[in-house]
Amino acid sequence: MQYENEMTIQFKAISENEAFARVVAATFVSQLNPTVSDITDIKTAVSEAVTNAIIHGYENKEGIVTLFCGYIEDKVSIIVTDKGKGIKDIEQARQPLYTSKPELERSGMGFTVMETFMDDMTIESVEGVGTKITMTKIVNKNTFL
Amino acid sequence: MKIEFQKKSSALIVKIQGEIDHHCAAIIREKIEKEYQKSDTKNLVFDFEFVTFMDSSGIGMIIGRYKNVLACGGKTAVVNANEKVSKIFQMAGMQKIIPQYQSITEALQQMGGMKNAV
Ligand SMILES: Nc1ncnc2c1ncn2[C@@H]1O[C@H](COP(=O)(O)OP(=O)(O)O)[C@@H](O)[C@H]1O
Ligand SMILES: [Mg+2]
Repeated sequence: MQYENEMTIQFKAISENEAFARVVAATFVSQLNPTVSDITDIKTAVSEAVTNAIIHGYENKEGIVTLFCGYIEDKVSIIVTDKGKGIKDIEQARQPLYTSKPELERSGMGFTVMETFMDDMTIESVEGVGTKITMTKIVNKNTFL
Repeated sequence: MKIEFQKKSSALIVKIQGEIDHHCAAIIREKIEKEYQKSDTKNLVFDFEFVTFMDSSGIGMIIGRYKNVLACGGKTAVVNANEKVSKIFQMAGMQKIIPQYQSITEALQQMGGMKNAV
């Protein structure tokens, strides 16, 4: 895929970086001049994927999360990758309200949020190897100059 | 993220300013649990007027408080849910579990009841 513009960052899997990651994504995507509501959707989706990498992928142990953002015309792609424990049953993980960690007060709505707030979301995961979440969204550009 | 508590008749009012993600939800949960245990009010009202961002970790935190408050015989409500949180609230079907009101006054009227008076 040839993007007009793209960026990649890597950061430590600590919860402080959830805010950092979504601000980076929002700032990068702002170059397209999208509507506030599209930026909020993208921020929320990034927050979900990065949080999952930290608490489920690495289970709060040491690790590195990678965030890629790219765009071509009005299509934004976001990829969040971890080299953590991976997902055994992807179909089950995608189900609304499913969580493997109810004791942490998880709502089990993360993947549903990503699916709803973005146009497309795919999960690639191998147990013991890691997880890659790819999301795309066509943004509406503000028309004023 | 900033959190402020206020007691009004039967309810502990929790005013949250800023972002509610997984990182902040853990802090908010701990502060509310502590304050609620100290308090003689059994109901809990979330004031979301100044919340600027919330993801599904926020939903988990609210449901968690709702369950604990319910176990103590209290009710939970949300007031001033702005456009920053309404999309995720709707998506998660929160209105089916936790009533939303336009103002603190309205919430207090609808909820009623003192912890010690029951
Ligand atoms: N990056 C990941 N690595 C390993 N497991 C994951 C990852 N992301 C999600 N999961 C699994 O998918 C489940 C559902 O995720 P999600 O919908 O975000 O709900 P929640 O985070 O509230 O548990 C998680 O409980 C977890 O078991
Ligand atoms: Mg999640």
